[in-house]
This record gives sequence, structure tokens and C-alpha cells, in this order.
Amino acid sequence: MTQSNRLDGGLINRDRPINFTFDDIPYQGFKGDTLASALLANNVRLMGRSFKYHRPRGPLTASSEEPNAIVELRDGARKEPNTRATTAELFEGLTAKSQNRWPSLAFDMMAINDRFSSFLAAGFYYKTFMWPAAFWEKLYEPIIRRAAGLGSAALEPDPDSYDKGFLHCDFLITGAGPTGLMAALTAGRAGAQVILADEDSLVGGRLNCETITVNDQAGSDWVRAVQAELADMPNVRIMTRTTVIGAFDHGIYGALERVSDHLPVPANGKPRQILWRIYSKRSLLAAGAIERPIAFEQNDRPGIMLASALRAYANRWAATPAQQIAIFTNNDDGYRSAADLQAKGVSVAAVIDTRPDAQTSAEWEVLAGATIVNTSGRRGLTGIQVKLADGSVRHIKCGAVGVSGGWNPNVHLASHQRGRPEWHAEIAAFGPGQNLPQGMSVAGAAAGHLSTYGALKSGVEGATAVLADLGKAATAPELPQAEDAPVKITPFWHVAGAKRAWLDQQNDVTAKDVKLAHQENFVSVEHLKRYTTLGMATDQGKTSNMGGLAIMSELAGKPIPQVGTTIFRPPYTPTAIGAFAGRSRDADFRPVRKTPSHTWAEEQNAVFVEVGMWLRAQWFPRTGETHWRQSVDREVLQTRKSVGICDVTTLGKIDVQGADAATFLNKIYCNPFAKVPVGKVRYGLMLREDGIAMDDGTAARLAEDHFVVTTTTANAVGVYRHMEFVRQCLFPDLDVQLISTTEAWAQYSVAGPNARALLKKVVDPEHDISNEAFPYMACGEVSVGQVRSRLFRISFSGEMAYEIAVPTRYGDALIRRLVEAGKEFDAVVYGTEALGVMRIEKGHAAGNELNGTTSALNLGMGRMVNKKKDSIGSTLSKRDGMNGPDALKLVGLKPVDPSKPVPAGAHLMTKGSPVDAAHDQGYVTSACYSPNLGHHIALAFLRSGDSRLGEVIRLVSPLTGQDHDVEVVSAHFIDPEGDRLRV
Amino acid sequence: MRIRCPFCGERGLEEFSPKGDAAPTRPALSNKDPEAWHSFVHLRENPKGQHREYFQHSGGCRAWLIVTRDTRTHNILDVTLARQEKR
Repeated sequence: MTQSNRLDGGLINRDRPINFTFDDIPYQGFKGDTLASALLANNVRLMGRSFKYHRPRGPLTASSEEPNAIVELRDGARKEPNTRATTAELFEGLTAKSQNRWPSLAFDMMAINDRFSSFLAAGFYYKTFMWPAAFWEKLYEPIIRRAAGLGSAALEPDPDSYDKGFLHCDFLITGAGPTGLMAALTAGRAGAQVILADEDSLVGGRLNCETITVNDQAGSDWVRAVQAELADMPNVRIMTRTTVIGAFDHGIYGALERVSDHLPVPANGKPRQILWRIYSKRSLLAAGAIERPIAFEQNDRPGIMLASALRAYANRWAATPAQQIAIFTNNDDGYRSAADLQAKGVSVAAVIDTRPDAQTSAEWEVLAGATIVNTSGRRGLTGIQVKLADGSVRHIKCGAVGVSGGWNPNVHLASHQRGRPEWHAEIAAFGPGQNLPQGMSVAGAAAGHLSTYGALKSGVEGATAVLADLGKAATAPELPQAEDAPVKITPFWHVAGAKRAWLDQQNDVTAKDVKLAHQENFVSVEHLKRYTTLGMATDQGKTSNMGGLAIMSELAGKPIPQVGTTIFRPPYTPTAIGAFAGRSRDADFRPVRKTPSHTWAEEQNAVFVEVGMWLRAQWFPRTGETHWRQSVDREVLQTRKSVGICDVTTLGKIDVQGADAATFLNKIYCNPFAKVPVGKVRYGLMLREDGIAMDDGTAARLAEDHFVVTTTTANAVGVYRHMEFVRQCLFPDLDVQLISTTEAWAQYSVAGPNARALLKKVVDPEHDISNEAFPYMACGEVSVGQVRSRLFRISFSGEMAYEIAVPTRYGDALIRRLVEAGKEFDAVVYGTEALGVMRIEKGHAAGNELNGTTSALNLGMGRMVNKKKDSIGSTLSKRDGMNGPDALKLVGLKPVDPSKPVPAGAHLMTKGSPVDAAHDQGYVTSACYSPNLGHHIALAFLRSGDSRLGEVIRLVSPLTGQDHDVEVVSAHFIDPEGDRLRV
Repeated sequence: MRIRCPFCGERGLEEFSPKGDAAPTRPALSNKDPEAWHSFVHLRENPKGQHREYFQHSGGCRAWLIVTRDTRTHNILDVTLARQEKR
């Protein structure tokens, strides 16, 4: 376990060795290492295989823009595929595996793809797998998927929790490098509420990776001093390991905090990650810049990386990919890597500078006007071929190359609102444009100020401008001394003549692919991107897009700014789905609403069903009942024979009050409500404005200016919203107020011949509930044990029935009292299944019939629509298309052979006609077994159904395999005259 | 998105329920022109730029609002109470 490529110094803690494995081989690193830095220190450069050609790959970068070193972290349920080794912090016992290789990383069978690369160029899939079309799903796609995938998912439930958090601030600063730190210092001292977020575990940005001094201190020491001052400010919140992943409307940002990813398992009670929503008044993008490579032949070998990454590994992590390196650059910045590596004892074989006028150096050999034309080393770089200015080719032995093609301002977040980056010629790169997300400004290297002093100064200026906008006085901190080197770059994008020069290493897009796309007339950058998949991998092409644009610009003969650029989208880095779900998973996926009788029902071992968010008792099994039908049949039969009790609290209740309450309901319902007497309930049908039925229910007039409206359980929220819309937006002059009281009242239905006898035992005796005093459709205030109650004589089951309501806190007591009082009648409590059976037996429409396609006419309530008054939907319910002679009408169905079921969803055909859509006569909406009739029954919509009673028609249900005859009957199977209701 | 409710102050979009174009006016009962009703029920503007839309503060005070929004930028230029505007 030697760390043969470990250097001196660095920000790692050598007192804290950490054991980890990569592909089951044990290694040792130190606290502060990333997986990539620890592997490099252990002389491991090969970390993965590429997506398409399965080329051996090592890290290109030392940060989150990494395209190559993508691994699987951890084991078992915590296994996480496609994680960047360059950002994974090392912890004791970390297990990592390479991916997209078989059987091993060193020997990968699928590397055969690389041999066939000439066939696998851009558009290969589009061109090859076009025909026959049927082959796509069964043959091509499975093969491609197996060959192309990256890591594999855990396939077990995630054992960790994820939280969501909400933060508000005056000023969000994204990036805690020199720019962000100075901005935070300026704003923090001015008293602004500041959030300073950085994806790294350390604040400081590039200052942790450079040998640059600030105020004659080591950069990282200056950072710690500023951090200490900021940490003492109560108005500044420093958030490390926090990636701002998206810029959204109105100054809202998404940020992912990796609370526990650097630990073996989250600490007790801690989430793995927190997805923050940050509401900011202003924000400053100080996300720095990202170095870009130069494309050359075979430039993807492990060991070839960005020059800035090479020195980041050396300076921060004291690791080098090799003991002998070379630098390939088109600008002065590449020399920093040579100097820093050499200072750490690494041998610099040569600096290959594409600029013919590059200065020679005493410290290392400078090959001016030279380029790398080929490389060697299948699983790791062993040497390069350099074409010198005079045209000769020289072989140089080296295990790593640092490539520097210049720096691109990190404009990712600046383009999340479709802001187009603009070309900054002085640094030969795209910087942020004018069209930034609301409240955002950009500073430091992200704005093109690439020197350290430029960044520090820009941070102060950026914060000062923001503070002025916020109306806060600022005293600019004294600017520290730091290097202010000008950018000296001669753009050089790719080595001419290279055949296999990678641009996008994650998606395996080469310079040749871009040329092919151009040749095939994909001239727009957006088309180029999609055709070649350049920049479409999980890194969004942070290091590769510019190379592709540059080649496009050469081929098109247009300058780069005219070629344009694609933009970035959230999230900045790949984000786990679990973080977006937060706590909304499993039982906590959404809130559960329990009815007032829930505890009692649980005691009875009720079976529950989800209805919206409600949990309702579906049926109440008794000892000896082994099938749900036994329970439901018993509940139905006993209710019709004696009395049954049902919790109907979940139905929506809307209190309507005001002088114009009746006028208002007259608008809401299609049938008349103006003359409903006080103390009476009326059934009401609501239409949508287009004439389709919306919902039905009852309205009880408790006083001249007071109604209580009920809605179906499912539509309670929507109807309430609709009623408020009608009240506020359509008829704002009406004197009427609405409030939902669904949760305020516990309501039970008591139905059956003994309903009154039972209720008489429960309702206080001073209230006369006899048929004479309290007839069918009566309502009024009563009391139960002196508790204020409401009584409604309404029926959904078709039996003589009441609904009694008490304030919710008495709901549990009332169900117990009703059951106790019902004992002498053998009363049953019934659930939603029995409720459904009885309403089908009675022929009452419910959600299955009010399904968003049916009108009052279809429901058999056409005559209810009042022609004279102006109610919602009344005008358009009269339009021709909805009133044809063959309109669907609600009917009942019973099987000719009583043993046959009548499944919902089945379609109806006239006997003898072809069975096809053109001859369709209607469909079954609700079906059940009727224990009272002894056979299945159904409700259906049938063309001209009201004039076809007695006709035998054909029921066809290919889904359930049924095809038999049914008879069209009245929808009212039980008590069609309604006599039972009125006794 | 943040919407400034006249009653409740600035709140997150998730507290609001949208209903689209606020321009259509409901025809009078006496209006028998099918086109007028068709237009009111079905036709909605979808402009690029300023758009007046209904939003209900359904997770708050339940007021229906008319929000003037620039559809290109999501900038909110004005929020008023529908009840006052439609009166």
C-alpha cells in the first residue's frame, strides 16, 4: 500500500490515514483526499471506461466538471452509480468500483467497439437502426442499452433520508473562491443577510489549489483568515458541500447540500442530503472559470488531464499522476503547472507551447510552435509524439500531460433563464451575456476577470453594487495584494489532421464526428449538439463544448461568436432523485386524512381504502367472513333490512352565507334554488360552463341567508375553488361568503327502516324527528347529548335515511353512541363498498357517471336544467351537439343469464351488429353484485337508452373476456318510486 | 416564482392555482350568439409578453387575483384582486 505518487505538502491530513478499496483492491489515502487524488497518489490512473468505445479513462479534471472518472460508490442499498471520483471525499472503508466494463477495468470485452469506431460515428444509431421498425423495441434497443449504460442502480430502497429546506437572504453568493469571499466580506460587514455557498468541502476555490500568495500569505492561509471573520458574523451563512444547482424565477435558487456524503453513513437523525430552496433578493455568480483542453490525436489516455487539474492535485492533494510530465499549452497559465509540479519534485519533460513566439526557459525545455500529434499507452500514458516547429517529430516519455487551452468563465447558472453567453475576445471565451436571471450579477473569473487580484477586486465591486441596490451603505474592504497577470493566449483549439481527437470524453465525441455532422449539413449548434451528442452527457460539456464550437466555426468559415453557443440547464451537477423527493416517499408520500371514526373502525379491524388523501373504511369483516363479498353483502342486506351506519365525513361541505346565498346557488347549480324553503334540502347538479356535469350534491337551507352545500369527496377542493371563482370573478356583486367546513363536522349516514328508531335514542328528546315533523329532505339544527348537531333527511342508499353531523371532536363519541344504540336493531356499520352497491342498486350517479364527458341529459337529468335562469353551463348545455336524438342515456343492465357478471368498462352492441367502434352503443360505468337481487347489475350509458328499456343487447369486454347478452332496464333497481324514502 | 398577494404579501408559487387568461368576459344570458359563448369558454390568448392571468391564492386567503406577467421573463408586473376588477 505505497503511495508512490504522493508528494510533499498539500491540504491533506497525514495524521489521518484512510483505508478504501477500488475494484476490491485495498488502498490508503489521507483525510482531505478525494477518491481521484488518493488513487493518483497510489499510481492508479485508469478509473473508468468510456460510454461508447469503452476506452480506458482517467480523470481529466480535479473538480465537478469531470467527464471521465465516473465510478460506483458504496455497496448494497447505498450503492450510487455515476459518481465523480474527483469530488467523492475519501472516508474510512469507502468502496468504489469502476463501471461500464466487463469482465474487468483492465480487460473490457466491449472495447471491441473501439475497433469498429469508424462505423460508430455521429448519427450511427439514427442511420443503422431505422428498419425494420419492429426490431427497435425487441432487438436493437436492448442491445444498445446493455452496451451503452454506465453504472447500475442499487435496486433496493434507499436507506437514507433527504430533507428539503427553505432559506431567505438578501444576497446569495455562489462560489466561495477569492471573488465570493471578498463579496461576502463586503456584504457581511455592511450587515446584509448573506449566504455564501460552495460545492467544495473547503472554501477558497482555486486558492486551495494554487501557490499564489495573497497579502504575502499562502492563498489558503488568507482564505482561512477571511473564513474565520465571516464565521463570526451572525448575518453570514457559509454553506460548504452545497452546490447551487439551478437559477429559477424571481431570485429563487435550488441548492443541494451534501450533509453526509463524506461519511460512511449519515449520523443518527441526519439526512444524507438537503435540497434547499433559497429565496434571494440579489445574487452574485462567483463560480470561477473552467479550463478547457486542446484536442489532439489520442488525447483521452489516462494521465492526460487539464493543466490546472495537474497542479491542483499536486498543490492541494499532494498527488501526481506520474513522476515525469509534460505540459501542452496555448497560453501563459499552462506554465504555472510546470512550475508547481517541478517545485514538488516532479520532472517536467517539456512544455509544448503552440505559440511560435513562446519564450525559452532555463527551468524546462520549451518547444515553441509545437503540437502533440500522437500518444501511446493503452491503459495509461507512456509517451507522446511532438511535432516541432521545424516539422520533425520527437518522442517524449511521460506519464502525464497537463493540457491548457485557456479558461472558460463558468456561465452555467447565468444561462438557466435562457440567457445567451457573449464572446469575450480578450480571453478568447464566452462570458455571461446581458440577459441574466432576475437579480443576478456576475463577478470574478465567471465574468472574465481571470487574475487573482482581478477576482478579489471584482468581488468587492460586485457586492458594493448589490448593496447599493439593496439600499445598504458599504465600506469596501481594503483590497489584498495579489498577482494580476494579464491573460496571454493565442487561441488554439485542436491539432490539425488528428483523426481520433476527443472533444467530449464522456459521450465519446471526436473532432471527426463534428466534421461529419457539418458535412451532413447540421449547421446549427443546437443540431450539432443533438446529432453528435456533444455536451449532452452528465457533465453538460463543461470542458468540451468550446472545442466543438471552434471546429464548427472553422468549417463554417465564421468567427466563433457568429456560430453561437448552446446554453446550460439545471441542475449544475447531476442530482439524486431522492433529493427532489425529500421526505415524500413511502407512507409519507402525501398526508393522510383520517375520518372521525377512524380509531373506532381500526378497533373493528376495518379494511381501509385511499380516497384522495382520505383513508375510508371499505368494509368491516366479521369473524368467519373469508371473502370481502361476504362482508359487503351482509352490510348491504342488513342496512336494507334494519339499519346501517356509515361515516360520510369525507364529502365536501361548503358553508354559504349572505343575503344573496340563494341567488348564488341558483348560478352554481343548473336546477333552481331560489325558492328552497328554510329547513329543506335540495339535490343539485353543477355543470361546467361548457355544459358538462361537474359535480353533484345537496344544499341544505339552514336559514334565509345560510346554506350548507355538499360535494363529492373527490371534487371537494375543485368545487370549492370553482365556487370561489364564480363568486369573485363572475358575479362579484353578490353578497355571499364561502368557507369550507369539511373538517369541521363529523357526519354519519343512518339508513334503513329502523333509522328513525335508532336516531330517536340518540338525538335529544326535545327534537321531533318524526316523519311528520321532519319529512324526507328536511334539515335542521338538533342536539345530541346537548352537543350542537345538524340533521339532514337525505338518502344515498335509497332507504329511509338521515345524515347527522356533530363538531368533529365529538365524531368518535357519536359513532360509538350510534353503534351502542343500534344494538337492539342489529345495526351494521358499512364501508364504501356497501355504499357503492346500494347507490348502484338505487341508480344514483357518482364519479363513474360524472366522468367529465357526460351532460345532464346523459345522466337522465336533462329536464332539471332550468331554461330561464342564468346558471353556469345552462347556455352551452343546450347546444346541438350535446342534444342529438341518439345521445347516451343512463340505464340499468342485468345479465340475461343471472350467473354472468356485467363488468365496468364493457362496451354495448346492438345484437346482430358488427362488434367495432363504429357500431358502439355505449359503455358500462358502474357494476356490482346486488345481494338484494341475487345477480350482478350495472349502470351504463347507452345510445337512446331511455327508449330501449327491455331490449336485449350484447355486452362485450375483450379485456375481461366477457361476451354475453344483457337486458336494458331502469337504472333504479330498488324502489323506483322512492316510497322507502318517505316513510 | 413569487406572487405578491394583496392580502398576504409575497408568497411562493406553490400556494397559488392558475386558471389562465383573465380577459374573457362572460356573456349575458340574453346573448344567444354561439360564437360569443364559444369564445368565452374555449378561446384563450397565449401572448408573448404581457399577459393577464387568473391565479387563486388557494393555499392562503383564497382570493382570486389577476396577475400581469411577462411570459418571456416571468416578471410579474401587477397583481390585483379579481373581485375589484371584474366588478
